Amino acid sequence: MIDIIDTYWLYFLVGQYPDGPLGGLVLTLLLGFTAVVLALPLGVLLGLARVSVRRWLRWPVTALVYVVRGTPLLMVVFWAYFFLPSVTGHKTNQFTTMLAALVFFNGAYLAEIVRAGIQGIAKGQMECARSLGLNYTQAMRYIILPQAARNMLPSLVNQFVTTIKETSLGYIIGLAELSFVASQINTQLLTRPVAVFGTLALAYFILCLGLSRIAYYLEVRRSRVAT
Amino acid sequence: MPNFDLAAVLTDEFRGWLLDGFLLSIELTAITWLIALPLATFIALCRLSSVRVARGLGFALVEGFRNIPLLVQLLFWYFAVPELLPEALRSWLYEHDAEIVCAVAGLTFYTAAFMAEDIRSGIRAVPVTQLEAARALGFSFLASMRRIVLPQAVRIIVPPLISQTLNLWKNTSIATVIGTAELMYQAQRVETASFRGVETFTVVTLAYLAVSLLITALSVWFQRRFPVRAS
Repeated sequence: MIDIIDTYWLYFLVGQYPDGPLGGLVLTLLLGFTAVVLALPLGVLLGLARVSVRRWLRWPVTALVYVVRGTPLLMVVFWAYFFLPSVTGHKTNQFTTMLAALVFFNGAYLAEIVRAGIQGIAKGQMECARSLGLNYTQAMRYIILPQAARNMLPSLVNQFVTTIKETSLGYIIGLAELSFVASQINTQLLTRPVAVFGTLALAYFILCLGLSRIAYYLEVRRSRVAT
Repeated sequence: MPNFDLAAVLTDEFRGWLLDGFLLSIELTAITWLIALPLATFIALCRLSSVRVARGLGFALVEGFRNIPLLVQLLFWYFAVPELLPEALRSWLYEHDAEIVCAVAGLTFYTAAFMAEDIRSGIRAVPVTQLEAARALGFSFLASMRRIVLPQAVRIIVPPLISQTLNLWKNTSIATVIGTAELMYQAQRVETASFRGVETFTVVTLAYLAVSLLITALSVWFQRRFPVRAS
């Protein structure tokens, strides 16, 4: 295993870059991070719609969230693969396809995190803010969301871990992220699948365990602050 | 979307493919579920055990299987694990649908790791005083577990377990990477043969959704019928 890491570490890390497109672990991180950052505003909007008093807003968004959560991510990836070119008019590359699928998919999941975060804030906070003369938007913006955000932080980090794992589906549409790079190395070597896929699993393990430890730490700190 | 034509992907041949895939996805879910649940219970008990080695083992299993993407685990089971097996076992595997066996293996460990955490936190959510009170009233340890703690824990554990089942159902789609002929695999096959991606994916998405919504409905029903009681 050591010899494979020794020979291929750069390939694992950045793929064919700088002679070719960026890939490997760096692409996995970039994709996961961008997806969460872009999905967050979508998730907040959908989450606000989920708790809205306006039925015409709440019902369709609720239905959308249920539909997305009942569909495998791979299905969404295939839809993106088909729909994006017909929307944008030209062939979309794998990174954009995967990113669009992840943003859409995670938006629906983040919506539920945001909804739970908002509903976890005592009702009196909103009533108090409104009776002090703030309108609904101001109360949300200055009173409810900042408090909810702190409660949501551990879930958000966990969602980031999930997203990192989900980027591995890029393998299926030929995006040169970590799993794809590993399987290419495996094809080149032919006889060392245990070492190659072992290294791959270890890389994800270290990355995701580290991040989920952060989430755990945030959770512990939050419950300490709350009591 | 010019001429959306569902009939084009629902000819006898294509319908047969999709139906085979759907049934295999259901089978994968059912078999995995049946193996994963006892495994998860075992891992959860390990993590709650007072024996240090058992706790360490439980922790390692949960963190290991949860933090590696399912896709990578499936690749490992399919490409690497057979290399580690003795010759006889390996040839047996290749004669008996290796891609289905590996898919079940990968899905089982992945699902069990998540279920174990739900079971563990469910049992821990029942206050220790419940057990102590039962013991003080003269129940044996096993009797107080069976009659006092578990009945309360089940109400807490079942809803997250149902949602893990939903995840399991969706995760079966990833088995397509190792060539398991489940619904997503058949979808790609029909799409390639019919050149009708939108129609194929519409049918398949509806199939996934139908089962998912059924599982969600089950969860809602359970939480209404058996709400968690304040203790």
